[in-house]
Amino acid sequence: MHGSTTDTVLKISNVTKSFGQVAALKSMRLDVRRGRVHTLLGENGAGKSTLMKILAGVHSATSGEIFLDDQPYRPASPQQASALGLAIVFQELSLCNNLTVAENILATREPRKFGFINDKALVARAKAIVAELGLPIDVAEKVGNLSIAQRQLVEIAKGLSHDAKVVILDEPTSSLSDSEAEILFEIIGRLKSRGVAVIYISHRMEEIMRLSDDITVIRDGEYVSTHDRNDVTIEALIALMVGRRMEEIYPPPTHDHSTPGAPVLAVERLTRDGEFADISFEVGAGEILGFFGLVGSGRSEVMNALFGMKTADGAVRLDGKDVRFRSPAEAIARGIGFVTENRKEEGLVLAHSVGWNISMAALPDFTGPFGFTRGGAERKAAAAEVGRLAIKTHSLDTPAGALSGGNQQKIVLAKWLLTRPKVLILDEPTRGVDVGAKFEIYKIIRQLAAEGTAILLISSELPEVLGMSDRVVVMHEGVLGATLAGTDLNPETIMAHATGFQS
Amino acid sequence: MTQQTAAQAAFVRALKQYGGILLSLVMLCVIFSFLNPRFMSVVNFMNILQQVAVIAIAAFGMTWVILLGEIDLSVGSIIAVAGMVGAQCFAFGLGFGTALAVTIVAGALMGMLNGVLTAKLLLPSFIVTVATMGIYRGLVSLPTNGAPAMIDNSTWTSIGTESFLGLPIIIWVVAVLFVINQIVLSKTSFGRRAYLTGGNREAAIYSGIKVDRLKIIIFMISGVMAAISGVLLSSRLFSAQTNAGMSYELDAIAAAVLGGTSLAGGVGTMVGTLIGALIIGVMNNGMNMLSVPYFYQLIVKGLVILIAVWLDVRAKQAKR
Repeated sequence: MHGSTTDTVLKISNVTKSFGQVAALKSMRLDVRRGRVHTLLGENGAGKSTLMKILAGVHSATSGEIFLDDQPYRPASPQQASALGLAIVFQELSLCNNLTVAENILATREPRKFGFINDKALVARAKAIVAELGLPIDVAEKVGNLSIAQRQLVEIAKGLSHDAKVVILDEPTSSLSDSEAEILFEIIGRLKSRGVAVIYISHRMEEIMRLSDDITVIRDGEYVSTHDRNDVTIEALIALMVGRRMEEIYPPPTHDHSTPGAPVLAVERLTRDGEFADISFEVGAGEILGFFGLVGSGRSEVMNALFGMKTADGAVRLDGKDVRFRSPAEAIARGIGFVTENRKEEGLVLAHSVGWNISMAALPDFTGPFGFTRGGAERKAAAAEVGRLAIKTHSLDTPAGALSGGNQQKIVLAKWLLTRPKVLILDEPTRGVDVGAKFEIYKIIRQLAAEGTAILLISSELPEVLGMSDRVVVMHEGVLGATLAGTDLNPETIMAHATGFQS
Repeated sequence: MTQQTAAQAAFVRALKQYGGILLSLVMLCVIFSFLNPRFMSVVNFMNILQQVAVIAIAAFGMTWVILLGEIDLSVGSIIAVAGMVGAQCFAFGLGFGTALAVTIVAGALMGMLNGVLTAKLLLPSFIVTVATMGIYRGLVSLPTNGAPAMIDNSTWTSIGTESFLGLPIIIWVVAVLFVINQIVLSKTSFGRRAYLTGGNREAAIYSGIKVDRLKIIIFMISGVMAAISGVLLSSRLFSAQTNAGMSYELDAIAAAVLGGTSLAGGVGTMVGTLIGALIIGVMNNGMNMLSVPYFYQLIVKGLVILIAVWLDVRAKQAKR
């Protein structure tokens, strides 16, 4: 045993992976040590997911070696990987919505009695796991009834319920509010003290700097460098990751909004029993109105009501006229666009082409006599959006599912830009998107505002809300906490209203 | 020059999409030609086309439904109802045009009921159409107490027996309906909405597609196609039989799935379905010519469907 390797639990050396002609990983290496959090940093498409899938036994490496506890590690299946001591919490939720939390956490490992599942033992064991992790979740609840954030916590509980030497967390906080993220950070701390190694993947720089011990940057499938957290800055990491310097994450507003004109959209006392009550706000042309609130505060529900997905009491005025949308089709026809929270579920048809996805909401505009699709005009418009938003795709005919997260999100944006909305609702527009694409999306939002679009920006990331919004509406448990502007736009005031400490 | 390469690209794409299934069709033809020299003749192929017409038309409607991620098991029963409605119209002394219109409207209404129950009451289409399959089958017997009804309208019966410009009318009907369905599916916004909704219903709703209405219309299309199948069948039989079209829904589903329509929704074409229907027709015809007993035919047909679908799935996985 060499002194330097005793600490290393997982060693990856010279691993490559090719899919046909495409090299997804080129000579990747990584040394993961016991009791430490090792962050893997790279843009979407840099090869993080491929590497994780190799570790998980989903893919096998084309060449190179991996050692777990100095033993060659080559899992043939996810089951084998987990038996060898690797636990993975994937970014994509892998839960069954029709089953309970307990059934999901212990899926395929249910306690049995005479070959039948022992429900009592199942619930008891799941309860113990959830309690140990300190999660505020009822294990008897069906996963389908949980919010996305709660599902993510369940996913984490599922991953950590194995006794693991190495735990991989792939963007675990992407849909968690700050308070829920705190729960996760405590869990990570406990894992560390037990000597478990954590491989952490995230795009949130503040979080990475806070949690990590070691940080490895990868770019275009290649290893770039490894740093001790104390020896490196956020700016330096971003520069390494994108291969260029990034001047600023949030582009500055192009015009002043301290004196807004007539509101484009005015909402008065919008109420839906059990979800939200007395929500009033207005947004003017070219204004970016931020919506901040912890998960469960009712932000998305309000937006769904505005968009005609749900009914609600109260008044909505568009350009001064009372409106009541009974379906999204009506809302779209009157100039409202909605970039939804979950792009894979509500945003895109992954199996269909980029072109079809982009023209999807504007289909009436591309319908000619006798209902024929005006294919030429449609492709031209879609191609123009691909160019304008710099969507990286092989062609308009590529399936949307084949693109990276950032590019998928840009397709959703393109879809709504094509409808030329007067009001654009953006629900978590940069979730699961890498820093480079984030910056581009922010630029697009700024540009839309400059062109006179009224924007409602919903986000769980406080820096994003602060960096982009002219004013911020804070929601707390279904009611309006405050509408803040000017000097009130600081993290302390916003959090105070969001957590209900101030009203 | 560029046009030629575009045409070549389209050809390559078509070959990739339908290559496996076309190969199956050709192989079946080759095998049957070896086993029976009379198989490979223009007359016999006309025969196959006529035999396959009823299934093919029902399968066009089924393709729409499956494309949406739904299923319509009431198709066979609607075929029988359509024949009986036609026969009753003539019994009441109506003319050919009126009888045909009433029959097609009856098909549309039966499809609409399937659609409304599925879309508005949120019942699974499998259950809805299992139920209506029984209900519609029962309705067939009401006017005659289970006896067949003769059809003596010569225009109606000529559809199944006469030719037009050298081709049996029945083949013209299939050809016209194929072209219409293919154009509506691939060239109109309605068709596009079906693909998008089948691919991801939630995303379709959020993008302003009226999914409920779309679903009802598509079940109506299936009902109308089945009714037209029923007209053809009854015209060939000169009568409306209460057990007409029994289990035809399964052949229609098999044709659509053989043709590459995904039961998960979002994927499928009329071209594929037509090829799928032809495979079923060739198998039926070839084995009949070889005097293969009916029960062996069922076994062989089932196996061929399994193998063809498996080959198709394998080819698509390999592409990834």
